[in-house]
Amino acid sequence: MVGHVVHKRLYILVFAALIGLTALTTGVAFIDLGKWNTLAALAIAVCKASLVVLFFMHLRWSSGLMRMVLLAAFVWFAILVALTLSDEFTRQWTPVPSSWQGQVQQQAR
Amino acid sequence: MWVFLATEVMFFGGLFTAYILYRNFYLSAFETGSRLLNVKIGAANTAVLLCSSLTMALGVRAAQLGKKKLLITFLVLTLLLGLTFIGVKLGLEWRHDYLEGFAPGVHWTFHGTDSRHLELFFCFYFFLTGIHALHMVIGAGILTVLIIMAGRGRFSPQRYNPVEVSGLYWHFVDIVWIFLYPLLYLIGGRY
Repeated sequence: MVGHVVHKRLYILVFAALIGLTALTTGVAFIDLGKWNTLAALAIAVCKASLVVLFFMHLRWSSGLMRMVLLAAFVWFAILVALTLSDEFTRQWTPVPSSWQGQVQQQAR
Repeated sequence: MWVFLATEVMFFGGLFTAYILYRNFYLSAFETGSRLLNVKIGAANTAVLLCSSLTMALGVRAAQLGKKKLLITFLVLTLLLGLTFIGVKLGLEWRHDYLEGFAPGVHWTFHGTDSRHLELFFCFYFFLTGIHALHMVIGAGILTVLIIMAGRGRFSPQRYNPVEVSGLYWHFVDIVWIFLYPLLYLIGGRY
């Protein structure tokens, strides 16, 4: 059951890209881009993780079943983040009825 | 293994979500916290871990091709790089943070308006890096077993599944760090 044997050079190229992206993300952190700093850091992290998954973990040559498992993991993670944050960010949108005000103040951070 | 890794995504995912949420609550304290970490050591350790992923991938390749000596060499290299990472993380960084008084509940010397929130940042820091280091220690144990098995000639191009599956785990732990490094060290705004 020999799987796909990848050429050595491809691994070294991927590794060089990973090191390059690490240098890039570290460098970008020292430049003031406002909100874009966080976005850039996360975007680069996603690129690096994709490189590792596709090449080092052989997902590029794996069956659809493996891809489904990984996809499921990330869909569930996306649900977790999206629902948690959407709850948090929208709490202030509707006015609180005055009779609840006391309780809300008690629970306030 | 992929299914196990999917559960691990959820495990770390919950922690990441909590971190994002609290970072959002106490942004200024969390940014101060990020700036207190040593980005040079963080970057160097990232490189060490990426290097270990490369040697692991090359190790799996050696197993596929049935090259026993090469397989053992790469597994030993991976183990050494992994141990370097753990050593730097726990021995250097944690020790430094502890001596500086950044250990919540144990040795905390920071006083200021943000003190409690900063403490929370360091709780996340120690917990996230600690859980990650624990995964590394487990990975180092797995690698040791693999090296012994490889030494006894238990792998062949037809039977190298344990090497491949352990490789997946090792790469996954690498990926967790790929996200931890920017989230903890970088996005505090270092300019």
